[in-house]
Amino acid sequence: MRELTYSQALREAIIEEMDRNPNILLLGEDIGVYGGVFKVTEGLLARYGPERVRETPISEAGFIGAAVGLAMTGKHPMAELMFMDFAWVAADQIFNQAAKMRYMSGGRVSVPLVIRTQQGGGRGNAAQHSQSLETVFTHIPGLKVAVPATPYDAKGLLKSAFRDENPVVFIEHKLLYATKGPVPEGEYTIPFGQAEVKRTGHDVTLVSLSRTVLHALEAAEAVAVDGISVEVIDLRCAAPLDLEMILASVHKTGRLVVAHEAHRRLGIGAEITSLVQEHAFDYLDAPIVRVGAMDVPIPYSQPLESLVLPGKEHIVEAIRQVVA
Amino acid sequence: MNLKKNDFLHMFRTMLLIRRFEEQCIQFFQSGHLRGSLHPCIGQEATAVGACYALRRDDYVTCTYRGHGQALAKGLDPKEAMAELLGRRTGCSKGKGGSMHFTDPRVGLLGENAIVAAGVPIALGAALSAQLDRTDRVALSFFGDGAVNQGVFAEALNLAAIWNVPVIFFCENNLYSEMTPIRAMVKVEQLAERAAAFGIPATTVDGYDVLAVYEGTLPAVQRARSGGGPTFIECMTYRLTGHMIGDTEPYRTKQEVAEWRARDPVVTFPQKLVQEFGIPQVEVEATQAEVETHMAEIVRFALDSPWPSADEAVEDVFV
Repeated sequence: MRELTYSQALREAIIEEMDRNPNILLLGEDIGVYGGVFKVTEGLLARYGPERVRETPISEAGFIGAAVGLAMTGKHPMAELMFMDFAWVAADQIFNQAAKMRYMSGGRVSVPLVIRTQQGGGRGNAAQHSQSLETVFTHIPGLKVAVPATPYDAKGLLKSAFRDENPVVFIEHKLLYATKGPVPEGEYTIPFGQAEVKRTGHDVTLVSLSRTVLHALEAAEAVAVDGISVEVIDLRCAAPLDLEMILASVHKTGRLVVAHEAHRRLGIGAEITSLVQEHAFDYLDAPIVRVGAMDVPIPYSQPLESLVLPGKEHIVEAIRQVVA
Repeated sequence: MNLKKNDFLHMFRTMLLIRRFEEQCIQFFQSGHLRGSLHPCIGQEATAVGACYALRRDDYVTCTYRGHGQALAKGLDPKEAMAELLGRRTGCSKGKGGSMHFTDPRVGLLGENAIVAAGVPIALGAALSAQLDRTDRVALSFFGDGAVNQGVFAEALNLAAIWNVPVIFFCENNLYSEMTPIRAMVKVEQLAERAAAFGIPATTVDGYDVLAVYEGTLPAVQRARSGGGPTFIECMTYRLTGHMIGDTEPYRTKQEVAEWRARDPVVTFPQKLVQEFGIPQVEVEATQAEVETHMAEIVRFALDSPWPSADEAVEDVFV
């Protein structure tokens, strides 16, 4: 099968969906001539013209608000937040408007809006360009949240995002754009709320998302030499959450580690831990262990950033803890 | 003026209906039928009616949390509106929105909004949608004087200007930003001055004269329809009741309220119809009687409507 980078897979999804649906248009900063900071929209201005690839001022609240209005009147806009951290600037339009409009109107309007953005650290971008915020969006009812880890999942989920009547927060990771993976030619979509077993195992269930899935797979490989068999589940979406797949795996393994790059305190790991003890308490053979970033702003200096963000070694340590 | 007798009576009927609707809301609030916050638009009926009379049914509006009158003037069914206020499933939002979230896309109503200025970029987006579809629909965003100090207001004006979007920014300047005089919160004399900074033409109209509001809004609507881009309208008005029920109003004098009340458009407009436009008094009275009958039907419909069922709590949103 051919291989594409994460960026190429995303770009292909956008092109296929824009060709399919004339109501899709893109809004964002530097997405036209420049092609986006991570080049996901490269060439799209030339292909679709300035009406459908609309460059905006640095005005996140304004253009996400405009996207809400577009979505309420028959369009399917994709608003790009250059960095996830800028979501706070547009927080009212995302949390109070997009997420609630359908409910507040008793279903008379819907907001089919895709907010594409990227998050995460590891590049020394410091505290205002490195956060992982999927938990925040997952907490507020009304938003679907995708967190793909691979080019294949990125393409399939983004295509689904463009076919959903709900607002979708589509969260990429800045260190995934250059990663490569198999992406078949031709049409496919991945439904929201379906996690995937990325590696099968029988001793420990390891749930992860976004770039941390890559660390999780490395950690599973590392402990395999010691005879520990780890099942790695990639959530692919934070909302809806595929609890069934997690429970099915925990029934088999009796042990659970949840790993994510977001802060450990009240991260999605806390929610998953709580759900699993509610639904599968009798199956657990050990306390659940969570891996996440330390609860401090993401620091700039490389040794400090490496200390604060979770990596393969943190996950290996957690696995050893649950099997001890 | 292109308006005829029927138009005048229609405007009067809508203004009076809004007044009676709001008075009924206050009664329902005091009797405990209506929950949460209530921000009556009593005194501001002429701004809503004059502005909406310059629009078509298929044009879009976004409204404020003092937006009952704006929504009704745009064509929202008052029975659905009152049922919504009583939390009934027959309400325009099935009882899930309440006073500050009237929405009905069938009449172009893209929502009142409980967040100050939040509807402004939404209206801009709706207008952009109309522009992309090559239609001549326009959007009008109602907002209050307090909204001009919100960041997203400035962002929306700038976006409308650079994209030449068919939108009318309609400021209801009722002199008070909630419970604080707007003159203490801005440095300009007229809020319309703000528009020049964005390259948007602006005008100021008398919001206590429904015909002046209409005549001030119509050219802006026509300019937007014909591709001329956005306009800012500052409509000078006044609420004759408090910001919300329970407002003790220490920020204004009784004399000031009395001066505006003397010009109350719901009282003075029908007098003007008889005295200046030669409409027989009996026709004005017939209109008043129609409104009273209509209100009785509205109230009965709302009170007789069923409550939502438990399963409706998880409908109209993905869960």
